[in-house]
Amino acid sequence: MPRVDGNGMGENGIEEREMAMMQAHDASQGLRIRPLTLLAESLRRLNPRSLARNPVMAVVAIGTLVCAMYTGMAFAEASGQGIFALIVTLILLATVLFANAAEAMAEARGKAHAGSLRATRGELQARRLTRSGEERVAADRLRRGDRVRVVAGELIPADGEILEGAGSINESAVTGESAPVLREAGTDNSGVSAGTKLLSDELLVEVSVDPGDSLLDRMIALVEGASRQKTPSELALSVLLSTLTLIFLIVVVTLVPLAQFVGISTSPVMLVALLVCLIPTTIGGLLPAIGIAGMERAMRANLVAKSGKAVEIAGSIDTLLLDKTGTITLGDRRATEFAACHGVDPARLRQVAALCSLEDPTPEGRSIVALARAQGDELVAVEASVVPFSAASRVSGLDFADGRCWRKGAPNAIARRVQEAGGRLPADYEALVERISRHGATPLAVAEGARLLGVIALADVIKPGIAERFAQLRQMGVKTLMITGDNPITAAAIAAEAGVDDYVAEATPEQKLELIRAEQAAGRLVAMMGDGTNDAPALAQADLGLAMNSGTQAAREAANMVDLDSDPGKLLSAVEIGKQLLITRGALTTFSLANDVAKYFAILPAIFAASVPALGGLDLLALHSPQSAVLSAVIFNALVIPALIPFALRGVRVHAASASAMLRRNLLIYGLGGLLLPFPAIKLIDLLIGPLF
Amino acid sequence: MSVLPLYYALLIGLALPLGLYMGRALDTHRPSVMDRLFGPLESFLMRLAGVDRRLSMTWSAYLLAVLRLHLLLIGLAWLVFMDQGVLPLNPDGIPGMRWDTALHTAVSFATNTNQQHYSGQTQLSYLSQTLAIVTLQFLTPATGLAVLLAITRTLLRRPVATNAGGGVGNYYVDLTRIVVRVLLPLSLIVALILVWQGVPATYQGAQRVTMLDGGALQVIPRGPVAPMVAIKQLGTNGGGWYGPNSTVPLENPTGLSNLIETIALLLIPVASLIAVGVISGRRRLMMGIGVVMIAFSLLTTTMIVVSERLPNAALVGLAVADSPNLEGKELRFGSDLSALWGSWTTQTSNGSVNAMHDSFNPLGGLGLLMDMFVNVTFGGIGVGLIGYLLYLMLAAFIGSLMIGRAPELFGKPLETREMRWISLAILAQPLIILGSTAITVAFPTLAGNSNPGFHGLSQVLYEYTSAFANNGSGFEGLGDATPWWNLTCVVALAVGRFLPMLVPLAVAGWLAGKRTAPQGRGSLAMESGAFVGLTAGVIVIVNLLGFLPALVLGPIAEQLTLP
Repeated sequence: MPRVDGNGMGENGIEEREMAMMQAHDASQGLRIRPLTLLAESLRRLNPRSLARNPVMAVVAIGTLVCAMYTGMAFAEASGQGIFALIVTLILLATVLFANAAEAMAEARGKAHAGSLRATRGELQARRLTRSGEERVAADRLRRGDRVRVVAGELIPADGEILEGAGSINESAVTGESAPVLREAGTDNSGVSAGTKLLSDELLVEVSVDPGDSLLDRMIALVEGASRQKTPSELALSVLLSTLTLIFLIVVVTLVPLAQFVGISTSPVMLVALLVCLIPTTIGGLLPAIGIAGMERAMRANLVAKSGKAVEIAGSIDTLLLDKTGTITLGDRRATEFAACHGVDPARLRQVAALCSLEDPTPEGRSIVALARAQGDELVAVEASVVPFSAASRVSGLDFADGRCWRKGAPNAIARRVQEAGGRLPADYEALVERISRHGATPLAVAEGARLLGVIALADVIKPGIAERFAQLRQMGVKTLMITGDNPITAAAIAAEAGVDDYVAEATPEQKLELIRAEQAAGRLVAMMGDGTNDAPALAQADLGLAMNSGTQAAREAANMVDLDSDPGKLLSAVEIGKQLLITRGALTTFSLANDVAKYFAILPAIFAASVPALGGLDLLALHSPQSAVLSAVIFNALVIPALIPFALRGVRVHAASASAMLRRNLLIYGLGGLLLPFPAIKLIDLLIGPLF
Repeated sequence: MSVLPLYYALLIGLALPLGLYMGRALDTHRPSVMDRLFGPLESFLMRLAGVDRRLSMTWSAYLLAVLRLHLLLIGLAWLVFMDQGVLPLNPDGIPGMRWDTALHTAVSFATNTNQQHYSGQTQLSYLSQTLAIVTLQFLTPATGLAVLLAITRTLLRRPVATNAGGGVGNYYVDLTRIVVRVLLPLSLIVALILVWQGVPATYQGAQRVTMLDGGALQVIPRGPVAPMVAIKQLGTNGGGWYGPNSTVPLENPTGLSNLIETIALLLIPVASLIAVGVISGRRRLMMGIGVVMIAFSLLTTTMIVVSERLPNAALVGLAVADSPNLEGKELRFGSDLSALWGSWTTQTSNGSVNAMHDSFNPLGGLGLLMDMFVNVTFGGIGVGLIGYLLYLMLAAFIGSLMIGRAPELFGKPLETREMRWISLAILAQPLIILGSTAITVAFPTLAGNSNPGFHGLSQVLYEYTSAFANNGSGFEGLGDATPWWNLTCVVALAVGRFLPMLVPLAVAGWLAGKRTAPQGRGSLAMESGAFVGLTAGVIVIVNLLGFLPALVLGPIAEQLTLP
């Protein structure tokens, strides 16, 4: 089951570590908002400007005012209705405050993450290059195009691209990952972020953002309730919620003359209570919090979206365009097999191959040693001089003092050496090499002097768990498309093993753009990840372009989301976070609407029963009195908001399932559940408060 | 237990072949034998009207053509009704109508409603009945079906259209084809059966007979009744020749005529579902929609039938109390067949009656009102399914979110613009019905009710609901031939007709210009049981939640306070 609960998936090791790291991060920044601050924030949001952003809650606020006025009148006239009216007023006020608190909590969580970063950066100093030399300026005065010099031990003052130099950088301030990474001018890893620390060397960096426009600033803007842009489907949903609110406003307002016509007088407080219970306050109150929390979840996964739209669209992605290397396979090839030639002791082949690789620092070399050890070889170091790999000879190995020489290398290079040394090629050698190539692996021949021992298979290793995730994506209807520069044979083998739906071999970066266009022409929404400058057009064309933070400035600018961890697997997390955001909205909308039925059955009889006792027959719940019935309904209506805040912040669990299964499941839980739950809940509240009224 | 299941079986048995025929005959994309059969007549008619039949209109041109033609028709009918006294074909010397009643009548018939604030046999000349009324009774159901065809071609047909600027069809061609290939032949058959059963069909004036008891003279109005009754029943029109509609033996003389007229209420609406399934290739989607409609139909029909089998409260305690509620019903038909007619006529927005709805028991009246609030239980010709599509769009919006996709309909994104218009079409119903009802009951002099209290409220509510639903049946008992009633009903009629019919056309047009995501495991399965259930839930919730308080104060209170 892929679960998205804030920190991305827990399946593979890398992400487990991230998760732990992020949690530590959170704790240190004090994500928990203090109750007093929360109250202050909730009260502050009562100002009309802020309420006007949310029509549903604005109606509740106006209803509260009406009730308050009526309460004042009731006390002035000593009509005996004062206490009841006062209580309703207070509950309605609480309803608005709960909704405000939900937004405030979501915002606090989001800002806590970004806030500390901004604080450190505010104090940053930069050495800006001028015609005459360099000057020290505050980092927030740097503008796009400025060039700054950074020396080892300093913090990078602004987002930018390295023009000259290379250096290792600690990016833990941004990613939470403390292992240093290499950034170098002129490569695909030339981007640097503000607040990260240069550990070695010296860099010349061109600033790529104006103040207020850095990744960090955009990140903060996404979680700030007041300035946040609503996403497209949030806007459309708001239209629907406003319409429902308007419908119920019409229903309640017209109820006055209708009731009067049949000789029933209605109490304004009761009517306002009915209105507030009917309009979708649950989803209306939690909608901003859901949106902010969605952005915050993306941020926790170290995905920085440039707009809320990017996070939302991720949920609708139909096709994932994935680079093979780094996404599907672990970047480097690994030894997977020792294939000895006929008549050769496999143990001997292992031994020679492994000893030849003992001093080889490359991942391939290390993997040969690891495989030999895994197959039970005890490796004892030998006295020999190392012959390093050279592009000219295409072999490496060991030379012993007694003249023996062991070599491993490209099959034809080794074969030539063996033949030159007077050896004969074993009869099955060609077949072995061919078999290994055919399966998508790279053959590496091993020779001991003039004797050819066998072949090592170096294969791309599929990331652990990736095949399961592709299966889950397929289950959810997302198509995966692998892009690789490999030859078709290798590509086919990897594609089959990883279980991608389709692949393109010998692909050039330009082809990516074509592919994206073709998929889009078929109506699909496409996501891709990239880092290089030549990826930029494709990143811009894709509906969701995810750039690695280590990537070039061009790539980061073209993309609509940046992954601070530069982990290609993040594309999958992005899809799940997007889906989660949308499902949470849909689920709470359904829940909110379904709730109305029970509230009707509580309030309608209460409003009319006093004048027409026969209408008490509609009181299915047998509530204590009209007043306690109305109070129970509004109390339920108010309490359901804080009860669902954790749910709104955490998001609905996304299960890998087909759309039909997901729809069925969510309808059962939130539709049917929303229909039934309020009945016992309202009855329970009535039992508790009934004796008082 | 009763013949009612037989009526349902017969309905579906007849609608099936008709639907298949309509699917072939009305599909402009596939030539058929019918083209050769009807082609010459259609060509002649279109040449006469100066229609370029090859022109395919954009959705907005189609929409404007509908509105233009209707404005013209309303204007002409209005003039005919006001001036019928001096126009020909008026053997009984009937005077012209007052301006407001004439306007109401014109709009009422031009919106396929046939709400009547007059009594046909004494207040309309033959010219008004045949030229104005019958023309509209053919053109309005044809318009509903034509717009449905345009939406089918644009939104439903597979493979999905992706051309932004492409046409949705030609309104005049659709209109002509529907009238010539479906409405005229069917009306002819039904009219002939009715004539055989004894319904008058003549251009002579009223029959004057001398009564046997004492030689008093009785005037029996007549005219070309049978053809009008045929299209009245078939075309979800409902406005009869005679004021009391099909309760009058001259409109509905026998058991067989009652059977034919009852089946005719639902025949084309059910067949349209099948026809759209054939044309669009979305048979399973239409099956799902059909299942929901039949379920709703059975639900309210059962409710009304059961209610009418209960005795009339006024008779409780008397010796006759064991009988069903027969007040306002023809003894010829009894309670079941009256209840069935009442139920079907409100489900389809037909509005013709064979019993007085005002006299139904309160729960029966509740069932009738619920039918009209929902108004997509088969609904009016064309517009019933279009109205269902409106709810389907809402369900698709919520359903997409629930599977984690940005809202889409048939793979096309539903965005703020679409939602704004869909919302407006949904909002209009409570706004107009509850708003007009509230104002009318707030000023009792406006209402002119025959009853006070709960039933009086039901009467007013019923009148506006019937107008908005383009049903046309009445609870009556209202002095409704006043400028207030006439003009407020005109608003309800026009908004209730054109907004829910044309918004889906506009949405279909907008969606046609957008990308279409291929359907797969990850897309919303609109044929699935879960989605069908969601749509049904949306329909129930939107209507129940909006109108429950009014229903509680009207029929429900009336029921609960019965002695």
